[in-house]
Amino acid sequence: MAGDMNSKELLKEISIPLLAILSSFIIGTLIVIASGYDPIATYGALLQGAFGGLNSIADTLLAATPLIFTGLTVAFAYRCGLFNIGGEGQLLVGGLTAAWIGTFKGVPMIIHLPLTLLAAMVAGALWVAIPAILKAKLGVHEVITTIMFNYISYSLVAYFSLKVLAKPGSIQTPDIEPSAYLWRFSNVLDMYSYLNIGFLIGLIVLFVIYYLLWKTTIGYEIRAVGISPDAAEYGGISAARNIILAMLISGALAGLGGAERAMGLFHNYRNGFSAEYGFTGIAVALLGRNHPLGIFLAALLFGALSNGQDYMNMLAGVPVDLVTILQAVIILFVAADLLFRRVLALKPEGRKGE
Amino acid sequence: MEIFQQIFNLETFSSTLRMAIPLMVAAIGGMFSERSGVVNIALEGMMLAGAFIAVVVSYFTGSAWLGLLGAVFFGGVFALIHALVSIRYHADQVVSGVALNLLAAGGTVFLLNILFNTSGTSPSVTALPYWGPFKPTVYLGLLIVLISHYILFFTPFGLRVRAVGEHPHAADSVGIDVEKIRYVCVILSGMLAGFAGAHLSIGVLSVFREGMTAGRGFIALAALIFGKWYPFGAMGASLLFGFFQAIEIRLQGIEAIGIPAEFIQMIPYILTVIALAGVIGRATPPAASGEPFEKGKR
Repeated sequence: MAGDMNSKELLKEISIPLLAILSSFIIGTLIVIASGYDPIATYGALLQGAFGGLNSIADTLLAATPLIFTGLTVAFAYRCGLFNIGGEGQLLVGGLTAAWIGTFKGVPMIIHLPLTLLAAMVAGALWVAIPAILKAKLGVHEVITTIMFNYISYSLVAYFSLKVLAKPGSIQTPDIEPSAYLWRFSNVLDMYSYLNIGFLIGLIVLFVIYYLLWKTTIGYEIRAVGISPDAAEYGGISAARNIILAMLISGALAGLGGAERAMGLFHNYRNGFSAEYGFTGIAVALLGRNHPLGIFLAALLFGALSNGQDYMNMLAGVPVDLVTILQAVIILFVAADLLFRRVLALKPEGRKGE
Repeated sequence: MEIFQQIFNLETFSSTLRMAIPLMVAAIGGMFSERSGVVNIALEGMMLAGAFIAVVVSYFTGSAWLGLLGAVFFGGVFALIHALVSIRYHADQVVSGVALNLLAAGGTVFLLNILFNTSGTSPSVTALPYWGPFKPTVYLGLLIVLISHYILFFTPFGLRVRAVGEHPHAADSVGIDVEKIRYVCVILSGMLAGFAGAHLSIGVLSVFREGMTAGRGFIALAALIFGKWYPFGAMGASLLFGFFQAIEIRLQGIEAIGIPAEFIQMIPYILTVIALAGVIGRATPPAASGEPFEKGKR
């Protein structure tokens, strides 16, 4: 799987995600019918909630924004042969850091805004540093350590947000200063959505990551380690160095995702800050075949689903959790792509590390 | 001294045991799966599914025992998805685990809405009766540890499980059906996680609450690693982590001593990272865990 590929490979690349989406919607339809609801009304309401009008479209993009970052988090590490399952914790730690730095008073916007974004990225990177070092130096599996760090972060951010930073008796931190606000489109457009330039930052980061991975030496080395650490070492590329670098960048991307929530959407850190963005990011990266363009499309899909779910609940009465079920089934089908490969009689493709 | 009296007393002891049982049983489930070479980070989801089914069956039949059986049975069925996807279709086992956790979280609340028209807490159902000071699941859970140790180290099946997890190709070459052993182990892990979930919903409580496992499946995973993939190791780690959970609840009343409850919550995870780093004896997973098995490929 490379950045550049011919049309036949491309067709193969996109046929499996599309089949996975289609299959999961078929299963979703069966669940809806079995539960006694009208599938046409359900999907109609879902679509209308996600795309019916300027405000809904903006909200879909708003919901897709953190998923762009967390999708990239997973994909970037994956390109180095690593599975960073700790995006959730890195996003929370980054978001809390942004919500704290953002409250500093008297800093001019031109310094405050980039400083807050940078601080969130550093926090996200630091939060994955121990798993990264343990992996690079001792070969400790990063899946387990990043899961453990997720749970450590839940307690840590709860402590700092509720007991240190929060206003007494409140479950959110004080609002950040306007000098750290990410500019909202509602300032000039006639809508309620909190869509902000964090979305555009996401688009830029998608391009930067694409460029970094496929057009620079750093990216080449990271991908070489991802394909075969031993071969890379033989070619004079340090696996340990690249594993640490890839993990730190991966964590920084999640931290940036947290910054967008704190600086663009909420203007503070609060209970329920993340709607499991870190975990949905795994689905986004998988469905997007770990490619920035694929991640963009997958983030839009999951953003639309999560934005449309309330409308679906209101109009068709279907519990919002149908969307979670759909996400799970999509992941299962993408993961079990051998199923489709057997059905389509495609040649099985080598997995990571083989 | 007063602190010690508040922490170390009979009530803490019994609450430690109550807290430790679901961790222990789910960790043993994880042990079978991982010992056979299949990573199982879906213990959380399997527990949640078990907790839910236990309440549903108890609600509709009025029998908590049938609820427990249902949880065990359905935990196995749920785990079958993980087995199919990761053994038959060679999917990334971590990804499949993530999907199952999501499926359980979404599926239980979806069904809570459909069956009971609520998304928070189910109606109260018949819970398991007390046997002396504890619920039956406590005694059965301890028995499961003993039996699992015996199965793993003193039966041909246990030997095969370990062989398949450490060196599947060698096992295959002496005629062991690698895939079959793995199917059995993954399904067993789901059944045990289902049991652990039932302990929470119809043992400790008599209701199902949205997300009621609250990360216990991952603490079980931590206990499995901290116990180095041994049944008694997992039991010891579960008792230790259960103790932290027990004092965390008690400490919320006496936070005056300056240890926030959040810091106590972190201890199991921090200890596990330290164990993995090798500071207190390196925790090394079974050699083939996470690797799909393909005949003739090595």
